[in-house]
Amino acid sequence: MARSNKAARNHTSYWASIGHRLSGLALAAFIPVHFYVLSLAANDTGALDGFLALADQPLFKIGEWGLVVLLVIHMSFGIRVLILEFLPWRHGKDGRTNLVWVGCIAALIIGVYFLVRAV
Amino acid sequence: MSTLKVKIWRGEEDGEFQSFEVPARENQTILDVVTEVQRQQEPGLSYRFACRVGVCGSCAMTVNGKPRWTCRTHINAVAKDGEITIEPLRNMPVIKDLTCDMTDFFQKWQKAGGTFKGTVTRKDKVVTIPPSSPKRQKADAGIECINCAVCYAACDTVNWDSEYLGPAALNRAWTLVNDERVGNQKEVLDKAIGDNGCSSCHSQGNCTASCPVGLSPSQSIHGLKRMSLLSFLGTEV
Amino acid sequence: MDRMLFVLQRLTALLLLPLIIGHLIVILYAVKGGLTSAEILARTQGSLWWGLFYGLFVVAVAIHAPIGLRNILKEWTPLSRVASGWLSLAFGLVLLWLGARAIQGVVL
Repeated sequence: MARSNKAARNHTSYWASIGHRLSGLALAAFIPVHFYVLSLAANDTGALDGFLALADQPLFKIGEWGLVVLLVIHMSFGIRVLILEFLPWRHGKDGRTNLVWVGCIAALIIGVYFLVRAV
Repeated sequence: MSTLKVKIWRGEEDGEFQSFEVPARENQTILDVVTEVQRQQEPGLSYRFACRVGVCGSCAMTVNGKPRWTCRTHINAVAKDGEITIEPLRNMPVIKDLTCDMTDFFQKWQKAGGTFKGTVTRKDKVVTIPPSSPKRQKADAGIECINCAVCYAACDTVNWDSEYLGPAALNRAWTLVNDERVGNQKEVLDKAIGDNGCSSCHSQGNCTASCPVGLSPSQSIHGLKRMSLLSFLGTEV
Repeated sequence: MDRMLFVLQRLTALLLLPLIIGHLIVILYAVKGGLTSAEILARTQGSLWWGLFYGLFVVAVAIHAPIGLRNILKEWTPLSRVASGWLSLAFGLVLLWLGARAIQGVVL
């Protein structure tokens, strides 16, 4: 029997940890592809350029934008975890949840700037 | 008199909810409601309680999706549209109805080095420890835990990984590694930072958000993580 | 084991911080006007510094990501602790191999 825990996880720190995990998982899925595409440059720059031309399509650009946003999210949420783990807490409820919002805003700003540059 | 709709878990793991209606009273806790159901409607209903005033820590249950001390939870704080759902605590096997088997929960305290092992005997003089010393203050911050398992039930990491020692056991370990009277601090720390210990925590903070005493198991676990890293790097902690 | 992985993941996180910030700056700079292999290779080929930068990056990622993956497999799939560990190690080796090939392609 799966007992409900909905109300107990309804707070910022919990959703930050889920966001941190899912963004990490998405990045881990993307990185092997990223490496493979770059390795094409070794003996076949034509193949790499073929891919880069493909990646110039709007759909790919949106994907790239998503990856940049996920990278910023994962990094900034990770900074918060490192602060929680290695700096002394100021008080018992010192979850530094403000940093979660700082991370989201940073991802938004960098994401918008990426789109402005890319288009 | 208006009534409250109460859904209560019946049976073991594969049981089901049973609905009851009880009178809605001015001053009523969840434990009062469970007691009313058991006395007036369903004598076979099993649940645990002892002190009824938030001292013993035995009446914790899942109330509307959150583990709580039922004796200290007023109906008005949780009843949504006059409806209450009461389940046994999460992350422990159900024995029957609202009681669960807490064996693993208590064994994990031992696995985290939770037994007090002092350095002196009753024949020695009592050692003076200033309450203002930084270590004592760290220990004091976590010492009021009464083993009610609310934090353990709220923790999703325990739910996902049944081997994880959990917030209560690690909070206990943290108080011991900061207690100058403890003789085996190294042993306790090794257990708390070892396999399935503080490294498994993902800083979700459900424990601290749920603790009925207002303790912060999160802070204790993060204190252990800090000791784990600093001692690995060879810094004296 | 858990503790060593915990420490390794945090230390690689600290190492990744400046590398990611550098990477983001390059992305935002290079994305303007589209990407071509000639443009990428002109920047990176034969450069010791980019070689070191990306070499460190690949090693740090190949340690950092599998440790997180191990936790996810252990907690969110029916795989055992041991199986999650081996599978994640394999993923780390794949990352290291593909990363080395990428550096070979872009820098050497």
